[in-house]
Amino acid sequence: MNILANIISLTIVFAVPLMLVALGGMYSEHSGVINLALEGIMVIGALCACFTLQGFDRSGFGPAHPQLAMLCAILVAGLSGMVFSLLLAFAAINLKADQTIGGTALNTFAPAFAVVVTWAVQGQGLTTIQIPNWIRITQATFGMEAGNGFLDSLIFKYFYLTTPIAVLLFFVAWILMYRTRFGLRLRACGEHPQAADSVGINVYKMRYAGVLISGFLGGIGGLAYTIAVGSGFNSSVGGYGFLALAVMIFGNWKPVQIMGASIFFALFKVIAAYNSSIPFLPKLEGLKDKSSLYQMLPYVVTMIVLIFTSKHSQAPKAEGIPYDKGTR
Amino acid sequence: MKQKKPLAENGMLIAILSSVLSIIVGLVFGAILLLILNPAKAGIGISAMLTTGISSLDQFGKVLYQSAPLMLCGLSVGFAFKTGLFNIGASGQYTMGAFFALVGAIQFQLPWFLCLLMACIGGAIWGIFPGLFKALFNVNEVITSIMFNWICMFLVNLLFANMPTMLASAWGASNSDRSAALAKANPGAIIPKAGLDKMFGNSSWINISFFIAILVAILVWFILNKTIFGYELKACGLNKDASIYAGINANRNIVLSMIIAGALSGLGGGLYYLAGTIQYVMEKSILSMGFNGIPVALLANSNPIGTIFSSLFISYIQVGGSAMQPNFSSESIDIIIAVIIYLAAFSLLIRGILTKILSGNKKKEVKA
Repeated sequence: MNILANIISLTIVFAVPLMLVALGGMYSEHSGVINLALEGIMVIGALCACFTLQGFDRSGFGPAHPQLAMLCAILVAGLSGMVFSLLLAFAAINLKADQTIGGTALNTFAPAFAVVVTWAVQGQGLTTIQIPNWIRITQATFGMEAGNGFLDSLIFKYFYLTTPIAVLLFFVAWILMYRTRFGLRLRACGEHPQAADSVGINVYKMRYAGVLISGFLGGIGGLAYTIAVGSGFNSSVGGYGFLALAVMIFGNWKPVQIMGASIFFALFKVIAAYNSSIPFLPKLEGLKDKSSLYQMLPYVVTMIVLIFTSKHSQAPKAEGIPYDKGTR
Repeated sequence: MKQKKPLAENGMLIAILSSVLSIIVGLVFGAILLLILNPAKAGIGISAMLTTGISSLDQFGKVLYQSAPLMLCGLSVGFAFKTGLFNIGASGQYTMGAFFALVGAIQFQLPWFLCLLMACIGGAIWGIFPGLFKALFNVNEVITSIMFNWICMFLVNLLFANMPTMLASAWGASNSDRSAALAKANPGAIIPKAGLDKMFGNSSWINISFFIAILVAILVWFILNKTIFGYELKACGLNKDASIYAGINANRNIVLSMIIAGALSGLGGGLYYLAGTIQYVMEKSILSMGFNGIPVALLANSNPIGTIFSSLFISYIQVGGSAMQPNFSSESIDIIIAVIIYLAAFSLLIRGILTKILSGNKKKEVKA
């Protein structure tokens, strides 16, 4: 029974960064900008947040008020991701640059920058930033006794502040996208910016908003990924930014489906890591390195799904095309 | 009498100038970053970055050796650009090419030139997918390429793990996480050095791969500029609808273009891993060589001949970057590369400004 609890709680902790970052990509794409830079944004967010956590740890503020410090770190992650995404927004919106190339530049920049900075700060060769262990929400946080039962493993084994915040941000996304004027305008800018402009919506501003929100969510996603992996920050987020793009497409650019897709992808990730100890999986005797097989499957499934959904794809129609007022 | 074109209308010159400009901006940005991070050691770092490549024949041999796969990945990305496709999947095609080459070399004990052919086939197979997905289902090739980069990495790891003869452990070494050393498994699969190693002061890096890459670059230039096929590809890239109207089969060209781009990256993987100095290590992250093809192609403005020079430049600063350790991490180079890619993203704007500046000068001359 405990293994089931472990799998569920691990799946959730890995689904959190995927969902956050995919939701970020959703905002950006609905505004009309392809955000290929999510991977880089995650790295920058995680870098800044990990340094913040380390600072809190040393100053003693962190151990004293763990969840308050964690909230600060989450905000730092989001804001730094936002600032970094400005680079993409500026190139894609003001300079009308090729968005995929701009995103590629940011993805090249971020991990290199992270390595160079951690190298310079922590000394040569020390490229891992350790995460303090007080950030986890435990039974003690609520004044309860630590136990070893099913519910204890299910809830508290991998419980971090990022999880409730992700749930909150999910509901915000759902309401913002489909229940507010802002969401409608944002989507209009991604579908038909000329029409949006003709009724007085500032397309440039909306696109900035889309990219910056995606930067905010991407940054938090970077921190959430680093926490989920648990072995410190290594200047990399293991391709989760790209995986989140797949999640977003798999989720058809819609919040609810994106949440489902991120859980699906996270489940495969967990199965890949724990396949030998999960009893109901096919044994595949004689096959070595089964974890590679399980890690490959989500990508293969995404491609197969894309074949069937591409005809009815809900992709924003104007994504990737720089908006030029002259084309109105 | 042939009239000389005015300076400002010379597209080639503008393209070269804008590339040089972005290189300079990238280097200055890198230098400033080093100065901020460690002012005391910055001078040593910068000079290591800029001079290591020509500090010895051995290092220069390394520049040439690394530039060959870079050139092919750059050609691959550039070739796809010409057809209007962004081949971010060069990395996967490169990895698949390397895998096929190594299977040819170790499993089937083939000679080196057949292994290189295998590499082309492996890369081409991996290039088909983004092409087909784009042509048949209209799925964006960027997404397909990214997905297939990851599929490739896991698949190659899976295959290596299940092909015991491919691993170093089958050939007398203890590690089972990498491919067998070619010197033991099949010396005939190592790309010949043709006496170059003696010319380069017994460099362990140099072989004829650099010259193979240049031949391929010329071949690609020929296909793009002197054949009907190349003309059709470029027409598709410039305006897909117009080319369909003109009777060009755009979907066929998209698939063919991706197959050729894949074969080029795949050959790059073959050239790198058949040198005999490197073993394929099972990775948990995607190989960066294919991604570095992107700046190579962008700096060359997708021109195959320009790719020769841009790949030499990228290879040169990379060799310099590894000499910057331990004062700075070698990733400093990637920051410079990132700045160059960033500037290339709005190269049209830069070119417009350059054209304005140059034509402005001309007007002044006329007045004077």
